[in-house]
Amino acid sequence: MLIGLVYSLLAIGLTLIWGVMNVLNFAHGDFLMIGMFLSYWLYGLAGVDPLFSVPINAVALFLLGVFIYRFIISKVMKGPPLAQLVVTFGVSIFLSNLAALIWTPDFRTIGHTLLSGTWDIAGIELSVPKLVTAIVSVLTSLGIFWFLRNTRTGKAILAVEMDREAALIMGINAERINSLSFGIGSALTGVAGAMLATYYYIYPFVGGTFGLICFCIVALGGFGSIEGAFIAGILVGVVETLGGYLLDPSYKLAIVFAMYLVTVWIRPQGLRGW
Amino acid sequence: MAAGGAVLAFFIVLPLVSSPFGQHVLILTFLFAMCGVAWNVMGGYAGMFSFGQASFFGIGAYTSSFLLLTFRVSPWIGLAAGGIISSLLAAAIGYPCSKLRGHYFAIASIAFAEIVRIVFTNWQLVGAAEGLTIPMLKESFAHFMFHSSKLPYYYIILAFLLLAVAVCHWVSTSKMGYYFQAIKESHEVAQVLGVDVVRYRLYAIMISAFLTSMAGTFYAQYILYIDPDSVMILPISVQIVLVAMLGGASTVLGPVVGAAVLVPLSEYSRAWLGYKGTGMDMIIYGTLITVISMYQPDGVWGAITNRMRRSK
Repeated sequence: MLIGLVYSLLAIGLTLIWGVMNVLNFAHGDFLMIGMFLSYWLYGLAGVDPLFSVPINAVALFLLGVFIYRFIISKVMKGPPLAQLVVTFGVSIFLSNLAALIWTPDFRTIGHTLLSGTWDIAGIELSVPKLVTAIVSVLTSLGIFWFLRNTRTGKAILAVEMDREAALIMGINAERINSLSFGIGSALTGVAGAMLATYYYIYPFVGGTFGLICFCIVALGGFGSIEGAFIAGILVGVVETLGGYLLDPSYKLAIVFAMYLVTVWIRPQGLRGW
Repeated sequence: MAAGGAVLAFFIVLPLVSSPFGQHVLILTFLFAMCGVAWNVMGGYAGMFSFGQASFFGIGAYTSSFLLLTFRVSPWIGLAAGGIISSLLAAAIGYPCSKLRGHYFAIASIAFAEIVRIVFTNWQLVGAAEGLTIPMLKESFAHFMFHSSKLPYYYIILAFLLLAVAVCHWVSTSKMGYYFQAIKESHEVAQVLGVDVVRYRLYAIMISAFLTSMAGTFYAQYILYIDPDSVMILPISVQIVLVAMLGGASTVLGPVVGAAVLVPLSEYSRAWLGYKGTGMDMIIYGTLITVISMYQPDGVWGAITNRMRRSK
């Protein structure tokens, strides 16, 4: 159930990109994968605990996001909508297979981190890495809320998201906001990746499922709505866990997707969309 | 018309001078061309970008194979049954999605296809994750099975492709085609002009699903083994979209041109580079998709026809 908070964090990044530039980033899950591998190697080669690789990851993924926006995404923004949908698929296939080429498709885990172990709270066994991951995710999400509401840059991002033309007239540099939003959205996958590396399997195609779930969360929350993504992320985490528990674990993703379809049937604009 | 006849004659003779692998590539090219043409009916003309075509492809493959395995029903009847089931399912899912547009529709189509894939992966009756092996029968047209040569498969898929092209051409020149394009431009405007938006969107989805399902049945009879990972996964849906986009969405022949470029490229790069299992072919494929979207987003066919129109 705690995984929902990680979903929220990932989905906030995705919805930020969607809201600001109307781009669906199918490579979002693969950015997460890169974040996980980065933490894995920082741990394996330099002995950096995943908890401390959070800021390194955030910066590295921010730069990767800005790079991909500058050199690929911005080139298709003026093109037909279909090309905008397809281009990030290409990036996704490229990144995941490149990772498989460099690091082999094996499953890896980080053996022992600062967070390994379980807490026993009133008879309920709680995995420490999962709990801390959830806490870090919530804190990062709240940090993003604060940043968007209270800083000049954050307000500019929200302004572009609301009305691009009006924001341009106000003298906001939309191109800069685009690459900044793409960078921030990617940085969030870096944070999530470092935290997930403490307990999750790390392999080149790990991003696929996470990416798909995040799409449902973002659309469920509503077009570009940060709060919507946060709420929907938690909801999906709960539904996935409960559904897997009550029905059959192999159907848990199907349940999440079915919930999405039912929701958009009733509310095509998503929970918090307009 | 004469040019069309010459092209057709070329494609009738071509496999006779190809190697078996060449024939295989040609068959796959036509298969994806057919799926691309089917996608175009709903994506290119009616503006519904489906990233879930693999579900219809898979249902076509599974329906005919299941009927053949369990009840010894001829795959040709299975082909029709699969088409009907796919269309009905498409209508059932298309109706609640009738208000969704753009990205929302794309995500809904992925969600639907993933549900179908997960259900089939866990459904014991249809072999679950192990899939279905099509029983060996004596080779004949009635059995839709040929062992000694690939040529019959080639001519069947060529005929299927021609059928799909004919359907797409009919759609694009009929009143329905204009309705589709009106809907693509704007739901509201189409509605005001008296187009029954929900109904015509369903027509587009159902035609597309039927044709894609036919291609699925063909695939099952050609490869003789199917499982959810070979006929229902997202990469198949994406490849179908790519074929249409690369060739030129909303042109009748665009997807055929797209398939003729993309499928041989990916098959030959897989044959040359893929055997090491390093995924080098997929890296090239990913790069190709990215580059095409950046520099040729309107499709090759679109670029050619535009140039021809300008030179006239």
